[in-house]
Amino acid sequence: MPWDRNQMAARAADELEDGMYVNLGIGIPTLVANYTGDKDITLQSENGMLGMGPFPFEGEEDPDLINAGKQTITELDRTSYFDSATSFGMIRGGKIAAAILGAMEVAENGDLANWMIPGKLIKGMGGAMDLVAGVKRVIVVMDHTNKAGESKLLRECTLPLTGKGVVNRIITNLGVLDVVEGGLKIVELADGVTEEELRAATEATIVD
Amino acid sequence: MKKVYASAEDALEGVLHDGMLIAAGGFGLCGIPEMLIDALVKSGVKDLTVASNNCGVDGFGLGKLLETRQIRKMMSSYVGENAEFMRQYLSGELELEFNPQGTLAERMRAAGAGIPGFYTKTGVGTVIAEGKEHKDFDGETYILERGIFADLSIVKAWKADDTGNLVFRKTARNFNPPAAMCGKICVAEVEEIVPRGSLDPDMIHVPGIYVHRIIQGQHEKRIEQRTTRKKETA
Repeated sequence: MPWDRNQMAARAADELEDGMYVNLGIGIPTLVANYTGDKDITLQSENGMLGMGPFPFEGEEDPDLINAGKQTITELDRTSYFDSATSFGMIRGGKIAAAILGAMEVAENGDLANWMIPGKLIKGMGGAMDLVAGVKRVIVVMDHTNKAGESKLLRECTLPLTGKGVVNRIITNLGVLDVVEGGLKIVELADGVTEEELRAATEATIVD
Repeated sequence: MKKVYASAEDALEGVLHDGMLIAAGGFGLCGIPEMLIDALVKSGVKDLTVASNNCGVDGFGLGKLLETRQIRKMMSSYVGENAEFMRQYLSGELELEFNPQGTLAERMRAAGAGIPGFYTKTGVGTVIAEGKEHKDFDGETYILERGIFADLSIVKAWKADDTGNLVFRKTARNFNPPAAMCGKICVAEVEEIVPRGSLDPDMIHVPGIYVHRIIQGQHEKRIEQRTTRKKETA
């Protein structure tokens, strides 16, 4: 059985270490916060907050307190607030240990595309280009294939790039792969997924 | 110099002209200068270029200035779920310059600090880098980004004193400080103007030197994505 969304999020949470400052993207990456256990992780929200707490209780929403997905959230006893220039200063400056984000396509050289489909989806890159260029480690969490069953791990991206050669590790429903010299290297297979299955679902070069 | 004005209309008196560049604070609908946007709609000023992370939503925030076709060009990082924005952009009525979010913030901050350009890694190897100067530093490639020197800044803060010192609340700070810094004139709308001496000088987020005009008023503060959790019942 391939991993489901929560299992992918739980696997991504294993990447995080005690004391890390981390930025989580929208979608499955957001779920990672549910699986950090006892680890002391500080979540950054790029609209200007370190120490992001859970969603508020009903009736306690504060319009002045949202995350980068514009969702209402809460603060913690460690929280700090700052402006957008300071926020991206810490991102660009390499102070954030890891970014976990979703993707439309990842290429075997670490190129990432997740912000635009020409003619179809024109929403903008938000903070994604800054994050992938600035944080120490970029971890992509996404389904291995798209709705048409085609590999999202490609030899070359077909969509406009978010960053060039920026991805370090990819966690999909089929397993975990690292971007290495010459292609992708299988690090781990999801429970019950065989290497042959993963290879068959992957367009990118897999190296041993 | 008197900085406090009676209304948003008064505070914009004499500073508007067609074709001007306006920097606006806010992230999504959080910390946006609602009253000043309404006053811009009323003024009829047109052919605006607006530097703002987002462009409001249909019918609220900067979305109002789209409906009245007063905006010619947006400089933004994310235009999200805004049907009218998409319609005007796809039909060629509206120009759009995508900026990575951190680049947009730094372009404002830099201009406010007298820096006309800076190099950044953000966007290298993407469409954002096309046509921009590339330069290597210590083996890494960077691109040149320019400061945004705005004709007018419109921002929203929580509290101000009458000298223009500003204090923000939680994540409503966002783009407001860099936007405030980069305009020739900065107009701030606040929830409360407090007596001089009642703000802790160590806790001022934007010093009054950046702020030229202030108004106080009521804000709707609309929530874009209301997310909650249930209280666990014992």
